[in-house]
Amino acid sequence: MMKLPIALPPCSGFILMLLLALNLAQPVYADAQPRSGSETLLEFEDAQTKDRYYSLLEQLRCLVCQNQSLADSDAGLAQDLRRKVHEMLQEGAGDREIIDFMVARYGDFVLYNPPLKTSTVLLWFGPFILAGLGILGLVIYLLRRNEQKAESLLSEERRRRAAELLNKSKT
Amino acid sequence: MSKTIIPLVIFIGLVILLAVGLSRDPRVVPSPLIGKSVPAFELPQLHDPQKTFGTDDLKGQVSLLNVWGSWCVSCRVEHPLLLQVAQQNLIPIYGLNYKDTREDAINWLDQLGDPYSAVAFDAAGEVGIDLGVYGAPETYIIDRNGMIAYKHIGPISGRDWREKFLPVIQQLKNVKS
Repeated sequence: MMKLPIALPPCSGFILMLLLALNLAQPVYADAQPRSGSETLLEFEDAQTKDRYYSLLEQLRCLVCQNQSLADSDAGLAQDLRRKVHEMLQEGAGDREIIDFMVARYGDFVLYNPPLKTSTVLLWFGPFILAGLGILGLVIYLLRRNEQKAESLLSEERRRRAAELLNKSKT
Repeated sequence: MSKTIIPLVIFIGLVILLAVGLSRDPRVVPSPLIGKSVPAFELPQLHDPQKTFGTDDLKGQVSLLNVWGSWCVSCRVEHPLLLQVAQQNLIPIYGLNYKDTREDAINWLDQLGDPYSAVAFDAAGEVGIDLGVYGAPETYIIDRNGMIAYKHIGPISGRDWREKFLPVIQQLKNVKS
């Protein structure tokens, strides 16, 4: 085996072991399917279909690399689904039809813009609820602070008494 | 008193939220096909292209449909379990050879053993798209009527088999058709 050209810090053995342990502890996941070679250049009947194609790809998620859309992803599945979208467009399918086709197979998760349902209520309104709670908390805090300030201010009577005491000490 | 408790409560709440969130596998996407019929398909068989395997062959008994490919490392991990299950004669296992070449797939089965009662050959991945396959292996439990009762994504571990598969299979077998 070749010797590593870089000097490793003394604790690197431990870190290496830790990394290995972390790696081994990872569960085995399903494999992404292989890419089927290079994609052929797609042809469209007109510019409008082409625009629809790209806008659809932006709306659909690649399930293999979940933070990429079908347009961005280079995964085998994304290739297949792009081909499918193109095929359906060529056959004259509407946008709605293509979206429904994908949802029927991959679920709402395939959409970047999930529909409003009982299962997605928290997703849609959660941020507003949290913001509302935050604002409520802030208002309560500010009101309380003002009250405390008012209380801590000396009353008129106490002020006079303080002045008296001060005057006494002067003489 | 309440001033010290409130942050603690918020903290514990966050810890619970994160613990639940982090222990969930984000790659497991719930399938909309559960409780629905297997999408109709008819494919040539792997070993004999003259013969076909399709939705009709899945009807009449409780069965497993396992999506695999010779390119899939996790399928190799899962394979010994499938061989064991096949030996027990509990349930037929059908294979869907997904985005593979015939030669590679047959070699793979020759080398590692063949647990499948029949293998459908889906080179283009068309049936895969209809089934909502996004990785391999994926395994479906299919009831007598050809309805998908359960879907498992990723390799089946011994524990998955005992805790997830067996109860569903037993239950489906007990249902009189």
